[in-house]
Amino acid sequence: MSEGTLYDKVWDKHKVTELPNGQDQLFIGLHLVHEVTSPQAFAMLRERDIEVAYPERTFATTDHIVPTQEEKRKRPLEDEKSEEMLDALTTNTGDNGITFFDFESGKQGITHVVAPELGLSQPGMTVACGDSHTATHGAFGSIGVGVGTSQIRDILATGCIAAEKQQVRRINVEGSLGEGVFAKDIILKIIQELGVDGGVGHVYEYGGPAIEELDMEGRLAICNMSIEGGARAGYINPDQTTYDYLEGREYVPEGEAFEELKSYWGSVASDEDAVYDDEVTIDVDDIDPLVTWGINPGQVVEISQPVPSPDDFDARTDREAAEQALEHMDIEAGQSMLGYDVDVAFLGTCTNGRVTDFARAAEILEGNTVDDDVRALAVPGSETVRAECEARGIDETFIEAGFQWRRAGCSMCLAMNEDSLEGDEVCASSSNRNFIGRQGSKEGRTVLMSPVMVAAAAVEGEVTDVRRFYDDDPADALTADDVSEVAD
Amino acid sequence: MPAVDPEADDNHITEVGGTGVPIPGDDIDTDQILPARFMKEVTFDNMAEYLFYDARRDDDDELNDHPLNRFEGANIAVVNTNFGCGSSREHAPQALMRWGIDGMIGESYAEIFADNCKSLGIPAATTDHETVTEIQQWIEDNPDGNIDIDVEDETVTYGDTTVDVDIDDAMQEALVEGIWDTTALMYSNMSKVEQTVADLPYADD
Ligand code: SF4
Repeated sequence: MSEGTLYDKVWDKHKVTELPNGQDQLFIGLHLVHEVTSPQAFAMLRERDIEVAYPERTFATTDHIVPTQEEKRKRPLEDEKSEEMLDALTTNTGDNGITFFDFESGKQGITHVVAPELGLSQPGMTVACGDSHTATHGAFGSIGVGVGTSQIRDILATGCIAAEKQQVRRINVEGSLGEGVFAKDIILKIIQELGVDGGVGHVYEYGGPAIEELDMEGRLAICNMSIEGGARAGYINPDQTTYDYLEGREYVPEGEAFEELKSYWGSVASDEDAVYDDEVTIDVDDIDPLVTWGINPGQVVEISQPVPSPDDFDARTDREAAEQALEHMDIEAGQSMLGYDVDVAFLGTCTNGRVTDFARAAEILEGNTVDDDVRALAVPGSETVRAECEARGIDETFIEAGFQWRRAGCSMCLAMNEDSLEGDEVCASSSNRNFIGRQGSKEGRTVLMSPVMVAAAAVEGEVTDVRRFYDDDPADALTADDVSEVAD
Repeated sequence: MPAVDPEADDNHITEVGGTGVPIPGDDIDTDQILPARFMKEVTFDNMAEYLFYDARRDDDDELNDHPLNRFEGANIAVVNTNFGCGSSREHAPQALMRWGIDGMIGESYAEIFADNCKSLGIPAATTDHETVTEIQQWIEDNPDGNIDIDVEDETVTYGDTTVDVDIDDAMQEALVEGIWDTTALMYSNMSKVEQTVADLPYADD
């Protein structure tokens, strides 16, 4: 049993009582709501004639279904069902006194982008949302949990969820990253090593030099994909980077109140002598950028590695999954992912839809053009991100290179709006899931990678080592020939 | 969903049963169970229609021989490992429930999926690969045969065979005691909630 970790401390602070079913009743300090998973929960509340217990701790935004094309964002929305959902959210939040970051607010966007940038997500909090990527908020040293609609009902009605404590696994990330390699590559490396179900029953505490060096946006990308590693939550202990990021944000108090909060934040960090249920070390020193080759996020390689063969896996289930992946992706074992043809480039999402993601991708696009055969979409994670990118002229670089510059939303991450793959298109995507059908076409193929790798793929029309775009040392960049040599 | 009264007798779920449907495959994610494009509805009412929508149809949109097409009316779904992984959407278990599923037998489930099942009063039993495969085959051979999950004893009976299965302690307790309606349970502790909130340094508003 873990002891003295941030997870233990935050859990204890929020534990209301133990329930007769053996679970803990846990208070949720920040409840984030969006249009897809909440209407049924609000309806259940109405049926029971219960009011929202903590409307002031509840914030809503709309992300999954929103059109990202400027001209399509007029109400009523063209798509009737989307309009109905948006309308339900407007009514539900209005009736219950919940703040809703709608189109007019200028702050609309993906829940996991909006809450961090407004300073709503803070260290030592419990954060819940009807969305599996709520783990994202753990980047601040909070416990972020994704919940289902019945649990949304629970939170609306009582401010609490019923939950069991998980085991805590400390992941020490050692080494330092080379040029062109970023946080997304770290988390893909972790999932490659620990597997897509490695985290089941656990929360991940990420630490070590490679994590401490990351800015908040990198940390958000790491915690975001905890769920892809099978963990229910993931977090990073708060430090000066965290405090500096939070200071001055809209929902963060100022002056003395800030100092007081800061001492609370510091107090929840894991103790030096904290006890973990499990500890692993992952070395990311000089890793190459990673890309997925299959149909789950664990089917991933450094671009120097060839696509594995089903025989390389011990477990029957992994072998079968690999066979299915090779067939779906239409690739051969032993092949390099470099040179894999790309039809669509998609940059955005709650993993990589933040300002630095676009800024870094813009460095690659500067002076380059998107390949003629590539449809390229840049979708800011929030309207705040969009505004800042536009203020810095980043949008211009994208547009000049041939990207479509869109308004904020989830977009092609799961294609609940009109942004979708068609047929068996291949998408170089900065998102977090490459499941079959995820991007809107059941033949569609997704290759997950970092934002700069998406930019490089957009320019070349194929999976490319982004390091060839950094002028210092283009010789560092790999090509498919290097990989087959390794494979032989 | 009707309001659930934790005092009412019919909240106690000690046994579920009926005919079975095998849904073979590992890592079946919620995007397959309920494709995202069908989530654009403000109620769960129509979800049964969308269950495994793509997998149940061939390219020209005709129903294929997917087990859910062949075993219409079944009550117990028998699945393999990591069923329900991916997105947390409750639409997935809601769709299974509304299609007619009252209980699940599988090698393993994604955690959020299992939690969602519990909230809906659907027992999700686990057992090893061999047993699951055997039951799946037995259903193929006995489409009208009865399968029972005894939640209290943690057993599954199909035909003349009874095997031991595992049901997570919290799930078992919640179902058997009829306390799976967590809203009602927690609602009775609101004064304690207020105390907890009062002690939180960030929530003094
Ligand atoms: S961006 Fe993708 S993963 Fe993130 S909340 Fe939206 S749909 Fe989910």
